[in-house]
Amino acid sequence: MTHEWLTQLAQAALVLGLAPLLSGVTRKIRARLLRRQGPSLVQPYRDLLKLIRKEAVIAENASWLFRAAPYVIFATTWVAAALVPTFATGLMLSASADLIVIVALLGTARFLLALAGLDVGTSFGGIGSSREMMFASLAEPAMLMAVFTLSLFAGSTELSSISAYMLGPNAGVSISLALALVALVIVTIGENARIPVDNPATHLELTMVHEAMILEYSGRHLAVIEAAASLKLLLYLSLIACVFIPWGTALSGAGALAYAIGLGAYAIKLAALAFLLVMFETATAKMRVFRVPEFLGVALMLGLLGTIMLFVSRVSR
Amino acid sequence: MTSLDSDIAHLLAGSLVLVSFVLLYQDRMFALLNFFAVHACVLALSVGWQAYLQRAPHLFITALIALLFKGVIIPVALHRIVVRLGIHRTIESVVSIGPTMLFGMALVALSVVVMLPVTQSAGAFVREDLAFALSVVLLGFLMMVTRRNAVSQVIGFMSLENGLVLAATGARGMPLVVEISVGFSVLIAFLVVGIFLFRIRERFDTVELQALDMSRGESA
Repeated sequence: MTHEWLTQLAQAALVLGLAPLLSGVTRKIRARLLRRQGPSLVQPYRDLLKLIRKEAVIAENASWLFRAAPYVIFATTWVAAALVPTFATGLMLSASADLIVIVALLGTARFLLALAGLDVGTSFGGIGSSREMMFASLAEPAMLMAVFTLSLFAGSTELSSISAYMLGPNAGVSISLALALVALVIVTIGENARIPVDNPATHLELTMVHEAMILEYSGRHLAVIEAAASLKLLLYLSLIACVFIPWGTALSGAGALAYAIGLGAYAIKLAALAFLLVMFETATAKMRVFRVPEFLGVALMLGLLGTIMLFVSRVSR
Repeated sequence: MTSLDSDIAHLLAGSLVLVSFVLLYQDRMFALLNFFAVHACVLALSVGWQAYLQRAPHLFITALIALLFKGVIIPVALHRIVVRLGIHRTIESVVSIGPTMLFGMALVALSVVVMLPVTQSAGAFVREDLAFALSVVLLGFLMMVTRRNAVSQVIGFMSLENGLVLAATGARGMPLVVEISVGFSVLIAFLVVGIFLFRIRERFDTVELQALDMSRGESA
């Protein structure tokens, strides 16, 4: 029991510490691919420290919700990120919190962010919130369909069990898994405001979604929201790594060596996924806002198709 | 047949359905032609894998025909036709992409629901192959129904034919003579259609098939 608690706490600390580094790594790779030098890898940490020290300017007509939302968003995202097995399975909370809980936690964070965007009453916040909700109405079902495909395939909604099933001899190659993977990748791109959907590095009013909602935030509130955004990216990448490339993850009750291997494997997987993500981002152009629902609709369709095909492949098993 | 073998066959047949969806989704001419070539290549891979599993050398010839005719010759020729007709614009589909996709999903579900109970006596492997083949055929039909442009209707027809080949290979293969004659008849059909495309354009100055309704006196 203490063992599982320790793993869970270590995991929570790990994701919190690692998330800004992941943002730094993606920015660095992107800059290098564009033949720029790029900021240092620890720049996101410095940004966060700077923002925390600064004064938080709040609009006159902001309500208590505007001040409370950043902390709740951060807390729910952090808990969700801590629930995904990163370097070791067998976490304390994995029995009580499965994939659907993770989706629900992220949904709560999104709800509060959209409310906070509307709260001050500026037009940008409103635009951002309405767009975010439009995308979410497709991205969330798509995520759930991918989750259903995985759960039906592995016979469990718990991430630890799914990961263990994938490592086991019964998994094999399946078209449903491939479809779920592509759906999950599209949702990852859409949810984290990466390039074909949204550009996190600009403030161009015609296209921005995520930045528009947090335009009124400053100081420590902004720092907390930025931290939550990088945690969310880490969460999605860890989720893909945990389910589709589970090799090297330490099983519960393994020795210290297994944990060290698990940590190393996790770092390699994250770096590889970040590289692939940035490669994709560099190679594609930002799409028009009204094309995004089509893009996310594809993810929903793939998830649905994966589930249907799973019933076909059940025949031969 | 080991579990991995059938998994790979399943993967390839499923990918064919997936590429059919990609064809439905494409709204640009050249992308459509390129994905049709991909469709044929996936079919060739799938048939080739079946040939290896069933130890049936004549299926390799089927795969080769698919790869050569539908993977290379027809896409290249259509590419040239499209350039000569000067229609590398956006395809107009009658129904927009979202509902088309949903309808396609429903067709896949339908073919699974229909095929699995009907083929109870057959082996598990043939059953899933037939289910996928039927979905590819239905998606080809859907494409022919939803598109207005003659070239994309041709693509829909050819992808439908790919589905038939998939069905035939799953069911212990069809005789080689039949296979070769089907391959050639597709080529002939393609030639006829190619000539017709130019005739239609000469007559109506467009390859949108709505123009044909006018000559039938159906709509203004």
